[in-house]
Order: sequence, then C-alpha cells, then structure tokens
Amino acid sequence: MAEPLISVRGLKVALPDMTRKPLIGRAPLAEILKGLDFDLPKGSVTGIVGESGSGKSTLGRALVRLIEPCAGSISFDGRDISHLSEAELRPLRRNLQMIFQDPMSSLNPRRTIFSIIAAPLKQNGLGDNLKARVAEALQRVGLPQSFASRYRHQLSGGQRQRVGIARALALSPKFVLADEIVSGLDVSTQAQILTLLEKLATEMGLTVAFISHDLSVIRRLCQQVIVMREGRIIEASATDALFDSPKDAYTRELISAIPLPEIDAGWLGTLATTKALT
Amino acid sequence: MSACLDIRSLSAVLPNGQRVLRSVSLSVQPGEVRALVGESGAGKTMIGKAVLGVLPSSVRIVEGDMLLEGEDLGRLAPKARRTLIGARTALIPQDPLTALNPSRRIGPQITDRLVRILGWSGERADKRIRQLLDAVQIRDPERVLKCYPHELSGGMRQRVLIAAAFAAEPRLIVADEPTTALDVTVQKQILRLIAQLQRDHGTAILFVTHDLGVVAKISQKVSVLYAGKVVEEAATADLFTAPQHPYSRALMAATPRYTDPLASLKPVDDAVLAGLAAEIAAADQAWRRPHG
Repeated sequence: MAEPLISVRGLKVALPDMTRKPLIGRAPLAEILKGLDFDLPKGSVTGIVGESGSGKSTLGRALVRLIEPCAGSISFDGRDISHLSEAELRPLRRNLQMIFQDPMSSLNPRRTIFSIIAAPLKQNGLGDNLKARVAEALQRVGLPQSFASRYRHQLSGGQRQRVGIARALALSPKFVLADEIVSGLDVSTQAQILTLLEKLATEMGLTVAFISHDLSVIRRLCQQVIVMREGRIIEASATDALFDSPKDAYTRELISAIPLPEIDAGWLGTLATTKALT
Repeated sequence: MSACLDIRSLSAVLPNGQRVLRSVSLSVQPGEVRALVGESGAGKTMIGKAVLGVLPSSVRIVEGDMLLEGEDLGRLAPKARRTLIGARTALIPQDPLTALNPSRRIGPQITDRLVRILGWSGERADKRIRQLLDAVQIRDPERVLKCYPHELSGGMRQRVLIAAAFAAEPRLIVADEPTTALDVTVQKQILRLIAQLQRDHGTAILFVTHDLGVVAKISQKVSVLYAGKVVEEAATADLFTAPQHPYSRALMAATPRYTDPLASLKPVDDAVLAGLAAEIAAADQAWRRPHG
C-alpha cells in the first residue's frame, strides 16, 4: 500500500456540549472522538461511514484542521499539523480542501460563480491569469464557460455541487474532504457527481476522505472504509473485505439495514401477529 | 370493494399556467400500500397534499376527481370536505421536528387532534394514544408524553407521529418520505413498525418516497412519476422484475447497490431525458387542445 498522506494517532476531540450549558458561563466539554488511529494512503479514496452522532463529520473537520484536537496527532505529509496556529496552517490550506454537503449554503448568493471559484486562487497567490484558471476549473467539472457569470440560484442542485467541486479542486490540492456531498441530490444527479469525483480523483491523484451515511455509495467509490460509532472506529478495512466478510456485528447490522432496490419479502423480518387494537 | 382512494385524471396548474400535475390517475385499495416514487419536482408530495386538501394556494386543481372511500371530495362543501378528510386520513410527515410544536409537550399535542377533530373525550384519547405508543414500542410512555419534541431523538419523534397517525383509525395514511431523515438502522425499524401497524389495522397507505429500495420493501403497488406525470404504474414485484418505461429502468440503474457496485449508480442517459421531455410535451399539447 502507498505511504500515508495523512496519519492519525490517538486522536481525541472534545467540543462544548451546548445541551448542558449553564445559563451563565461556559458549556462543559464533551468528548466526541475518543482516540482514533488510521492512515489515509496517498492517492486513495477512504470512506468514513457512521450514523448521526458517530463523530464522522467532527473527524472530517479535524482532518482539515477546522477544529483543534485535544489529544493525539494528525500528520500531513510527514508533518504534525494537530496544533499548528492559523498562521502556520495558511500555507498548508491549499492542500487541505473541502467539498460541502449543501452547495446552496456553501456558495455565496451575492457572488458570481467566477468570483466563487476565483476566491481561493487569489488567497493562495494564484491571482495571475485568473480567467484561464477558472475556465479550466469549470471545464474540469463539465460546466459550460457561460456559467462563470451566473449566480448560485440560477443553477440546479447538481450544477451547484459541481461548482463546489470546482472550487475545492481549483488549487490542485493533495487532500480533499467530501462530507456527505451527494446526500441532498436526486439519484440520477448523485450518480453523475460520484462518477465525476471518481474520475477527477484518479486523474489528479487526489487523496480523498469521503464521509457518507450510505454504504452503497461508499462501496462504489472507496478503496477502504472506516466504520464509526459513538466516536470510535468499529472496523476499518479494504472495501471488498468489509462487505464480503464484515467482522463487527455493528457493521453487519449497518449493511443489512440498507434497503436494496429488489424484492425481498423477508427483509422486514417476520411481522408479529398481534390482534388489531380496539 | 371500492377503492379507498381513487384519483382520476387530476391536473393542477401554477398561476403561470404551467401544469404541475399532469392527468394523474391512481388508486389505493383498502389495506394496500401504494408507493409514489420519483425525483424532486416529480409531483409526488403534491399528490399527497392534494389528497389531504393542503395544496399551497398558488396551485390550482383544474381537472379531475378525487374519491375518498367513494365520496367525491370535489363535490363536498369545504367544511364537510375538511371534516371527512380529518376523520378518514392522517399524515406521517418527513420531518417530525417541524411537524411538532416545539413549545408544547408531546402528550397534549397528539391527543388534541383526537379530541378536537374527532370529538373524543380526553380520557378516551389518552388511553388510545398509550395503546399506540405501546404498539410502536415506546417503553416509557409516561416520560415521552411529558417530553418536549427536542428532548426526543429523531427515531423516537417519528414513532410518536406514527402512533398519532394510526390512533384515529384512519382509512388512509399519507406517508411523505417518513424515513428520509433517519439513519438506516432506525429507518429499518420504522419501516417495520409502519408495515406491522398497516397490516394490523388494514390501513391503506400512500407512501411518498424517492428511494426505490424503500419502495421494494414496503409497497405492493407503485406509481413512478416524472414532472407530475405517472410514467409507469405497476405491481411492485413487476416493476422490479420487468420495468417497462425507460425512465423506470434508468432510475433503477442509478440507485446505488452495494451488492453490485459497478452496475449501479449509472447516470440517467440523455436519450431517456429527451424521450421524457417529448412525452411530456406531447401530453401537454393533447391536453391543451380541449382546454384552450
């Protein structure tokens, strides 16, 4: 296996628990990630799956250092980034990009698509030749050049998500975090976006962390899978191995709970014969 | 036996004259689950709203009949219509958090409907709700009834609303994407509960969903919608073994399947979309002729 681009050891993250916040004063911390160890090999797509509250999104945010871990280390390309300051992180940011779940709220409604894609380029000192660079980014995700002058609301959901991808990839990053990027899309659009991401990941040699609640999507796209539950890694293995012989009972439960689009009378289990309520 | 719900050639338009429902016909027999499946904009939620009489004011029904247990909803006076719909139908919504009033405890919220709309006594309503909470496997009804909606998990909230929907013994339930917001393991439990209660009570369900996986597991009949038009209508088993319409086949191929990752998640072919556009245009033209 390729050497790791990102290496995580003993990662713990605690965030303020707002449900227990007193009226005055700070909310107590709740441990969300409880000691994680894993590697993301260079050029691989890794699926991170779990149910709501499993900590998968928090893990993603820690990987791109939007939040600081309270213990453990995250090394990126051999350098520990877990406690770098914002200023120290800035030169690394172009290599740690994100594609968000909801392109409607992650694209600025008052800016044109051109200006949205150009923003990270300017911030990272690639402001020369902007027109050509944005044109290349649009072409890469299969959007016509005329879209550069449009606004977010003039695009369909799938087109918006393409803009999100174009923005993240404009800097040719080494690492991309994709957090539930297809969960708001129709199946036909979902298929297009995943096919696009698959193609770009291969072409550009991206290392991708693909967070999703949908194991079917993960099987198609990812080479390895990390199954999370309540802030811990339940199982991590190569994708085919995970589906063919899942080791953990929870993984098996997750897989068997997916309703496949085929008739299976036994899937719901035997319905108890209870008498009708009166 | 007459159908529980019979929709005949229902068309609805927006103020600009655009049709959002295109001569939709479908029926739900007593005790049957009919799935309405389609992508966003297909009109599946719109049909559910039309049945419940809660269409947005901008949408106008211009043609067609809806019969609820043989009663023509279009011929009833508004008040009689509302009373009939209130007594014989119920809704299981997609998002239980927005469907529940955040500032009232669960108990009074869900018994109120039985008291106010059906004229039950408070005691009878309370007893009934407790029976149903038991049926949806809520172990500590006392606590749940005293909770505010935000104090319950998504799965618990959906259980509460399922209990509330079945409590009044409706003949027809409109379930609008009831499991879309839930985790897969919870989704399976909820689908099981709905199937169980539906069978025990002989309730007919109009089950709106975008997920062909859910269609396969919960329904006996299915209508595939595109742009407000029923493009295929079939017994669920037949749709999955031999889908007739190219769009049904395309949807099937686009749906992810972990058992067959390479053959699934296929983008919908442009030729299929062009065919659909032509089909819609032809239907609209044929419809406009007599309607000016």
